[in-house]
Amino acid sequence: MKSLIAKPVAVVVLLFARAITAVRPFWHEGRLPRRRSIFFANHSSHGDFILIWAVLPPRLRRRVRPVAGADYWLKSRLRSFIGRDVFNGVLIDRNRDGRTMDPVESMGEAMKEGSSLILFPEGTRNQSDASLQPFKSGLFHLAALHPDFELVPVWIANLNRVMPKGEFVPIPLICTVTFGEPMHLADGEEKDMFLERAREALLALAPKKAVE
Amino acid sequence: MSSTQFDMMVLVLGVCGILLVASFVGYVLERRLSPDGSNSVIENLNARINAWWVMAILIAMAFVAGRIGVLLLFGFCSFAALREFVTLTNTRRADHWALATAFFVVLPLQYVLLWIENYEIFSVFIPVYAFLLMPIISAVRGDTQHFLVRIAEVQWALMICVFCASHVPALLTLHIPGYAGRNVLLIAFLVIVVQLSDVLQYIWGKMIGRTKIAPRLSPSKTVEGFLGGVACASLVGAGLWWITPFSPLQAGAMAFLITLMGFFGGLVMSAIKRDRGVKDWGHLIDGHGGLIDRLDSVVFSAPIFFHLTRYFWSPG
Repeated sequence: MKSLIAKPVAVVVLLFARAITAVRPFWHEGRLPRRRSIFFANHSSHGDFILIWAVLPPRLRRRVRPVAGADYWLKSRLRSFIGRDVFNGVLIDRNRDGRTMDPVESMGEAMKEGSSLILFPEGTRNQSDASLQPFKSGLFHLAALHPDFELVPVWIANLNRVMPKGEFVPIPLICTVTFGEPMHLADGEEKDMFLERAREALLALAPKKAVE
Repeated sequence: MSSTQFDMMVLVLGVCGILLVASFVGYVLERRLSPDGSNSVIENLNARINAWWVMAILIAMAFVAGRIGVLLLFGFCSFAALREFVTLTNTRRADHWALATAFFVVLPLQYVLLWIENYEIFSVFIPVYAFLLMPIISAVRGDTQHFLVRIAEVQWALMICVFCASHVPALLTLHIPGYAGRNVLLIAFLVIVVQLSDVLQYIWGKMIGRTKIAPRLSPSKTVEGFLGGVACASLVGAGLWWITPFSPLQAGAMAFLITLMGFFGGLVMSAIKRDRGVKDWGHLIDGHGGLIDRLDSVVFSAPIFFHLTRYFWSPG
């Protein structure tokens, strides 16, 4: 029953996201991403993964799973239906104390099954004035464990203006999703150096502020 | 078949004929000059022609559907244009409710007022009521940074994308003696003349354009393109007098006026784009850019065309 309505709900969410944001992808050198990729993106809104999901071609979209916090997405039955059944999310426990499943392990499982991931390495939504917060280490561990996956930086522009925190009516604004050059963990690269390199690669995709 | 339907049929066939010729020319040019898709001018030209087919078919479908179809089409245009415009503004979080009001209250109401043909409120709703209401909503949030800039931008967005754009379907509400039931042809006249003028300016400019007319605003616009395009579109407008309540001379003068307004509208909207550092307003129409890139000239000419027609041809 659940899976029966999950598909139509996904279509409705997709249409709604397009009506509000007219979202448009910019691919790196016009090339579509590979089948096995980790898309790591800036995080400012709960709808972030929906925009990435919306611009991927259906062939890739079927095999991509967003990584999201279980504390948010399991809070109500509606959220858990959307997070788990509609978008097939990998829900991880962000609370270090007393968790039973290591997030890297859950994500690794999904990758072993052949899924690509949408990951927000900042960990939580960015409410600060900085463009990008420091990265959590998960991306590094996944890169080390699965060198066959391409790591693709993805910048989502404008969605934070569509629905700022605390508002519940979205403002229609045009959003873009920019895919950067795929990267890998270099031989012997240290964790901090890699995370900084990944962060710089993502930051380089941010549009220059046209005003002010 | 009524005479309106017959005239509409002639127009549709005429537009189809022009587009067929354009598609054929585009095909020949592509075979000759860009067989491997490397000539960006030709590729863009063909993308534009294909988009023209889609736009022409959409407008024709709206005309067939009647008043509700025309209102829905231009309501959607207003929505998409406002979405593009607000994307480029300086609005802040404190404007959230003002913007929500603009999109989900002001815009639909403007078209509802057309549906119920309440011209008195339609003509002052945005310039008076929205003008006063929107800054109030923004002010109560208490954020004063760039306040005047922000409220001015939102008002301008509403004026251009909703108020001015809604004057195209507003042509349906005019009561012109001896012209009852034919108002939809006035929309066809306006849209055909303005868009043809854009296309002819583009063609004349590409063929003999040398002297840039406003290099800082719009590097592709030339004096030769402007003169050739405006002259040809005015002549075509005069030749379309039979679908209007005007005499051939009047139709030509009207066409001249709306092509001028369209041209300067394009310049104004280009100035905004340059200021904000973007090339196109968006990406809704393949080859053309955003919806405003195609709608800018119509938006500037529609209110003037509407008022002149109302003032001189629609008594009482």
